[in-house]
Amino acid sequence: MAHEHNLAIFRGRLKFKSNEQKIWGVLILLSIITAIEVVLGIYKPVGLMSPWLTPFEGGLGAVLMNILLSAFIFLIPLNLIFLVLTIVKAYYITWDFMHMRDEKASLRRSVVWTFVFLALYIALIFLLEGDYIYEIYKTSFIKWNF
Amino acid sequence: MGATVTTTEEKIWDGGNEPMGVSYGKMMMWFFILSDALTFTGFLAAYGFSRYKFADSWPIADEVFNHFPFLHGSDLPMLYVALMTFILIFSSVTMVLAVDAGHHMKKSKVAFYMFLTVIGGLIFVGSQAWEWKNFIKGEYGAIETKGGSIIQFVDAEGKRYKVSDLAVTLPKDRVQHESKNGIWFTSEASLPDYSVAEVIEGFKANPNVLVRTQEAYFDKNDKKGVHPTLNKEKHKTILTREESLARLNDAVYVVQGASLVRNEYGSKQFANFFFFITGFHGFHVFSGVVINFIIFLNVILGTYEKRRSYEMVEKVGLYWHFVDLVWVFVFTFFYLV
Repeated sequence: MAHEHNLAIFRGRLKFKSNEQKIWGVLILLSIITAIEVVLGIYKPVGLMSPWLTPFEGGLGAVLMNILLSAFIFLIPLNLIFLVLTIVKAYYITWDFMHMRDEKASLRRSVVWTFVFLALYIALIFLLEGDYIYEIYKTSFIKWNF
Repeated sequence: MGATVTTTEEKIWDGGNEPMGVSYGKMMMWFFILSDALTFTGFLAAYGFSRYKFADSWPIADEVFNHFPFLHGSDLPMLYVALMTFILIFSSVTMVLAVDAGHHMKKSKVAFYMFLTVIGGLIFVGSQAWEWKNFIKGEYGAIETKGGSIIQFVDAEGKRYKVSDLAVTLPKDRVQHESKNGIWFTSEASLPDYSVAEVIEGFKANPNVLVRTQEAYFDKNDKKGVHPTLNKEKHKTILTREESLARLNDAVYVVQGASLVRNEYGSKQFANFFFFITGFHGFHVFSGVVINFIIFLNVILGTYEKRRSYEMVEKVGLYWHFVDLVWVFVFTFFYLV
């Protein structure tokens, strides 16, 4: 059964001697990531508070670039860092605490891909719609702040 | 039912094989977790929708969640939730250790780690209750206007000013309606400690106090009525004294703390999503604690020792890690982003 554990993390660069040691190692990693998040969240470095790129303007090429580089155009770097660190944490919790690393690829894919596809889909729809309504409030003749 | 019995001799399902290399129970736990994860995704996406919709007027989390036990009055954003996150991750660790001990059939070690996991879960639920208490009680209070906007008060340095410090005492003009009065046996919610008139009188008597709106300040925007020196980019806009007085003409309610109807922090959706999402997560933690406790009792009674398999510990472990996983995302989207 699941007695054989895969004891390497970071694509085999860091190997642990026993499963118990791996658990403590992952705890240290998760704590470090959380600490980084908290420090960034408290100090909010000015350099990370405005997007790195401004939207491209022009024809189809600009639209495509805006979609491809949307993470750098429409998100401030601080939030992008938080998002990436959160996904890293989620990866280690699932792979090492929930032993996804030791499961067959078929189980892993049927759980993870289903989730990733549906989550991205609903996030895309909701956030685009929310942004659309934000623009409506801002630019059209609706007075709501009184 | 042969399918749900987990013994080492009979690990194959009724059809005679074991799809995806896991037992029936474990696979179903994975698919339950998948569907529950999608439920939380829906909630967080809806939260994101409201945040995008009110992008410039959403409350700033650091100003709302800045309490720490035993350190009253100091402004400590993030630290308490970071501690809660750490507690939950640590209880996840004791859970994996219990699963690991189960693989080696060490009964007393499994029981010990399960016990620690239950304790960690209880501490987390308790912390969340404390967080809710602070959120519901509120700190500074605010005024709601005709249009449903929240306005708050700051002093001449831009520091928050409590409504309770501002209000003067006027002769009471209104008593709370109770069901024993009148013929319809209806009652109303308790009246706020201060009436709108008392707050406005106090504001007029105190020339240093200014109004802070829900709106974020942007340097490029129109500066009419906006305080010339106190404002900072992307912080809430502070108005001039004249504009503040004008804005107070629209005051309708005094808001203290938070409820599902209105809250002193800003957008009404903010409190609703906070209660709903952290509440739903807290409910998961609570049920996880109950299930963990049942499994803990079973371990002590030797149920799994007789079965020669601690797979049940592994299955509740999956659920418990999932609760931790959800918290990682709630932490990011409510407190960090």
